[in-house]
Amino acid sequence: MSSAAPVLGDVVMRATDVHKSFGKLHVLKGVSLEVRQRETVCIIGPSGSGKTTFIRCVNHLEKVDSGRIEVNGHLIGYREREDGRLVEDSERNIARQRTQVCMVFQRFNLFPHKTALENVTEAPIHVLGVPKQRAAEEANALLARVGLGDKCDTYPGKLSGGQQQRVAIARALAMKPALMLFDEPTSALDPEVIGEVLTVMEELAHEGMTMIVVTHEMGFAREAADRVVMMDDGGIIEAGPPEHFFEAPEHERTKQFLSKIL
Amino acid sequence: MLAAVDWHVIGQRIFHPDHVFARALYTTVYIAVIAQVMGVLLGLVAALMRSSKLWPLRLLSGIYVLIFRGTPLLVQIFFIYYGANLLLGFTLIPNSLNLGLFSLDGAVVAGILALGVNEGAYMREIIRAGIDSIDRGQMEAAKSLGMRYGLAMRRIVLPQAARVIVPPLGNEFNNMLKTTSLVFTIGVYEMFADAEIHYSNTFQPVEYFLAVAFWYLVLTGVWGVIQAWIERRLGVSERGEELSFRERLAAAWTPVNAWARGAR
Repeated sequence: MSSAAPVLGDVVMRATDVHKSFGKLHVLKGVSLEVRQRETVCIIGPSGSGKTTFIRCVNHLEKVDSGRIEVNGHLIGYREREDGRLVEDSERNIARQRTQVCMVFQRFNLFPHKTALENVTEAPIHVLGVPKQRAAEEANALLARVGLGDKCDTYPGKLSGGQQQRVAIARALAMKPALMLFDEPTSALDPEVIGEVLTVMEELAHEGMTMIVVTHEMGFAREAADRVVMMDDGGIIEAGPPEHFFEAPEHERTKQFLSKIL
Repeated sequence: MLAAVDWHVIGQRIFHPDHVFARALYTTVYIAVIAQVMGVLLGLVAALMRSSKLWPLRLLSGIYVLIFRGTPLLVQIFFIYYGANLLLGFTLIPNSLNLGLFSLDGAVVAGILALGVNEGAYMREIIRAGIDSIDRGQMEAAKSLGMRYGLAMRRIVLPQAARVIVPPLGNEFNNMLKTTSLVFTIGVYEMFADAEIHYSNTFQPVEYFLAVAFWYLVLTGVWGVIQAWIERRLGVSERGEELSFRERLAAAWTPVNAWARGAR
């Protein structure tokens, strides 16, 4: 099966000339990217190229120094003053925006003091105000969907890495986000459980979830991505559909990178 | 030598404590409990202030710890009891405080206040260490799900930090139960004051101080059991293997156990 080609909708995420420095280290040097509804974008590139920093900016876990990121037309993390300058938004608004943009982390970050089910219901109940009964029903369905219907009452400490990451995906899905961010979701996993996580993500992609995935899994990028974006040294150097990317990369740096990793 | 000890008095004090003593024991316990609760709350506020974005709050938190950890508790007790009203120009320490169900003597109020505020400075460090021990990813995950700082702290970080905080907190309360004896110096009639007054009437220090030591041991012993139970409750979740209540209890009695094992 070739990569899915769902009908793309409106622009969900638009990043324009995003700059970010950590002290003297200029990590993002003007990143611009648009992601449309139902699109799956894979960001690849060598370590230190700014991939992770970029998607962390998309839900304002990192502040951008300049440029702007919009999700569904709303500026992320900042509000625009009348003179056009951007000031950081209130915590309340930032939190509200994040309900639309959920992140799956490299190290899962499940809540260890809560069961799989409670991990999934926590935010819907306490952030969105969903009634407990309904949240539990939905969480049950989501856990079943990621193949963990029998692990609802299990604590994360007793789950394998692959199972934990699938709970984390269910936890993010429970927010019914407009956009899901995956920060190297399989990098911390044992090789034998990577497949089960990628399968869930591929299903999501084919079902039309809008996703930005930072990954080193070229197989996944080839199979599930609508577009692959190559980042290097804080900028996007090449982007295109996976066929183009893996068969006829244009940029010299991309060729080098792919030859090392494939 | 031991013949000089009036064992009958010790027996009386231990097995047939009078009403006055019961009242004094009660006073010790409630001073300790209220002061400890106050210390935990103050410590929590100070710990959160320490990591605030606003520097005046961080500074305030720092000064608080500097002063109350850096000066003797006895000085603080005297200062608050005799000095607070004069210093502030209004009545911080009333002559007596009527709380409906029961009323507190002004000295008791001052004692609780001093012990609580002092305890808060130590609790800040303990709570801070607990919060710091939780992986930053927990706060990030909570935020990425749209939780605000307060909610994330309350539902995600603090419940996990509690497991780190509770064992030293238990130690603190053990300490608190004994440290309450200092407030006898401002005229609070708690267990040590009771012993001290009997001693000065009878000049039988061994009998009365031994007996009161026994009662302190009872209080800290009971607390040890409660603490073991609380720690067990907190340990129920994530841990792979679970310690049984008996094992926790055994851990609480480590000094005794060590002796027993050595004796065998």
